[in-house]
Amino acid sequence: MSRPTLLTGWGRTSPTAATVVRPRTVEQVAEALTRAGPRGALARGLGRSYGDAAQSAGGLVLDCSSLTGPLRLDTERDEITAPAGIDLRRLTTYLLRHGRVLPVVPGTAHVTLGGAIAADVHGKNHHIDSSLGAHVRSLTLATPLGELLELGPDRGDVDLFHATVGGMGLTGVITSATVAVRPVETSHVMVDIDRTGDLDATLELMGDGPRGHRYTVGWIDLLARGGDTGRGIVTRARHALRTDLPAPLRDEPWRVRPRSAPAAPRWAPSGLLNRWTAQAFNTAYYNAAPRRRRGRIRPLDAFHHPLDAVEGWNRLYGPRGFAQYQFVVPFGEEDTLRAVVEDLARTGAPSFLAVLKRMGDPTPGPLSFPRPGWTLAMDLPVDHPGLARLLRGFDERVLAAGGRLYLAKDGRASAEVVHAMYPELPAWRKVRERVDPGGVLVSDLARRLELV
Amino acid sequence: MRDSLGGVRSVLLLGGRSEIGLAVVERLLLEGAREVVLAARGGVTDPPETLTVTGANVHSLDFDAEAVDTHAATIAAAVDLVGDLDVVVDAFGVLGEQSAYEADPVEAARAATVNYTGHVSSGLAVAARLREQGHGTLMVLSSVAGVRVRRANFVYGSAKAGLDGFAQGLADSLHGSGARVLVVRPGYVATRMSAHVEPAPFPATPGQVADVAVRGLRSGAGTVWAPPVLRPLFTALSLLPRPLWRRLGR
Repeated sequence: MSRPTLLTGWGRTSPTAATVVRPRTVEQVAEALTRAGPRGALARGLGRSYGDAAQSAGGLVLDCSSLTGPLRLDTERDEITAPAGIDLRRLTTYLLRHGRVLPVVPGTAHVTLGGAIAADVHGKNHHIDSSLGAHVRSLTLATPLGELLELGPDRGDVDLFHATVGGMGLTGVITSATVAVRPVETSHVMVDIDRTGDLDATLELMGDGPRGHRYTVGWIDLLARGGDTGRGIVTRARHALRTDLPAPLRDEPWRVRPRSAPAAPRWAPSGLLNRWTAQAFNTAYYNAAPRRRRGRIRPLDAFHHPLDAVEGWNRLYGPRGFAQYQFVVPFGEEDTLRAVVEDLARTGAPSFLAVLKRMGDPTPGPLSFPRPGWTLAMDLPVDHPGLARLLRGFDERVLAAGGRLYLAKDGRASAEVVHAMYPELPAWRKVRERVDPGGVLVSDLARRLELV
Repeated sequence: MRDSLGGVRSVLLLGGRSEIGLAVVERLLLEGAREVVLAARGGVTDPPETLTVTGANVHSLDFDAEAVDTHAATIAAAVDLVGDLDVVVDAFGVLGEQSAYEADPVEAARAATVNYTGHVSSGLAVAARLREQGHGTLMVLSSVAGVRVRRANFVYGSAKAGLDGFAQGLADSLHGSGARVLVVRPGYVATRMSAHVEPAPFPATPGQVADVAVRGLRSGAGTVWAPPVLRPLFTALSLLPRPLWRRLGR
């Protein structure tokens, strides 16, 4: 065995050591699973979950980002079969050459397909298209018992399929998947931008958008106080038609321009992103946005993944790292959302990137996060004084409102709270025990939240 | 498992009656710890109320600092009780009268066993466990008395000097393993153990030391001083010429 490697999530907090292997084939995945010691094994993708979901202290971690296999696009059925290790950037680039897109992409394209399914990621179109899991037609799962299972919503062990979508890698290692794709006319979107003066205006604009907007997202200035509390920028978009494009783009409507990504500095001091810099940034960002703009043509990837433009932006939070807090509350519980926004504004917890989205139909995954309602996500530096207590207070409110936290973002919630938020956890455990009776698959997240 | 905001689930306190150690445990409980093991001679059957009010599970283990051949088993028993050890607070020690130690070399050697040798056996056993689980922090309660050993308490001070050096070496050996060591160097702390000693400048309460120690846990520091002003003070004192140092009354 090689030397242990320290692993963290994207938030760069809580490093723990594991033995890392990098399987390239399904056979190597199966072989690695048989080698798991008493501390267990876990698949990891590109490490974009923020907390401790993709690390397993003292265990064996299968870095699946090199896991390859056949890539097949079926243009009749509009579906693609791809290895779990492919990242969504490469997959999207490939699909656009054939005039297709993934029906759901998360805020970064630097995730593997396997990881995206394991977290049942959502995008800016959840209110219309649900999460990625809703579009998975089948997947192959390597289990600790040495089986290679074909699963889908209508084939194989259906319960296990649902337990795997959003199952955080704790039911097996996804080695490949077949996902529905959507034909598009161009590689661009038509974007409408509105600046909103307060939270009510933000919610109204997002909640009642005109037809034709597949994508809706709100950025909220969590440091604006008083009458400005909850002000933001609402961005809504639809896929651009060929006739929407200016003449020079029309000849190559699916063209993808490579983006050059400048990298964040290797090191930044703790406290660089503080209340004052956050306030200055947020104010400038807000004021720079147009009050109202219609029909701006933007490349898809720039629209979906604005932060991918700065490589390693997570380093800007300094050596101590940062936490992301993302919750969803049902429609009708806007007061909970308002209370959280007001508390954050009052305490001055410095959040640069607070993103509000509307969620629609969920997938049947017992551990899948999305539920109909409002979801708010924010990044917070962990050294903000009193942050632990503040977030525990939010947990209580979210729970009381019938909401829940997103496991792929969490690194600090308590087991009790999460168990109450995911009432289907016992049922999920039963399914998991069928395929992993020895309890081989385990992550730091699973240990901390007593999921397994 | 340490969470992203520095909170932990389980704590093992070696020296289960140590006032500083208990103050550290109390703080970790308020931040959400759920499992506590108090290890002391004869076990700790009557844990302070401040530990039980949070609803955490408080376990007790028999732990004899002088019985170095039992320490690995004690650590294993703690793991059996609570699973992974997120934080181990190494807080046991004795502080006798220097003049009494000088009159009774056997007693002095016994104190040195508790204050140094016992930490070597327990510390190595803890380190082996933390290395295996790939995470965890060993907090070692050292003392400024070991930074530069003084005439007035050199039996105690020399053991602390050994302990401090051991802890630093152990920290280096654990580098990259996911586990770490936090060395806490308090000055004079008013406790039962030090009741017979005259207060020194910059005294601290057990609670103040615990605050500094818990901050160190969160920040990932290697060494913390309690109060922090002792760091520049002892840097200066370590430069004092020997004849002057020798004449220091205390």
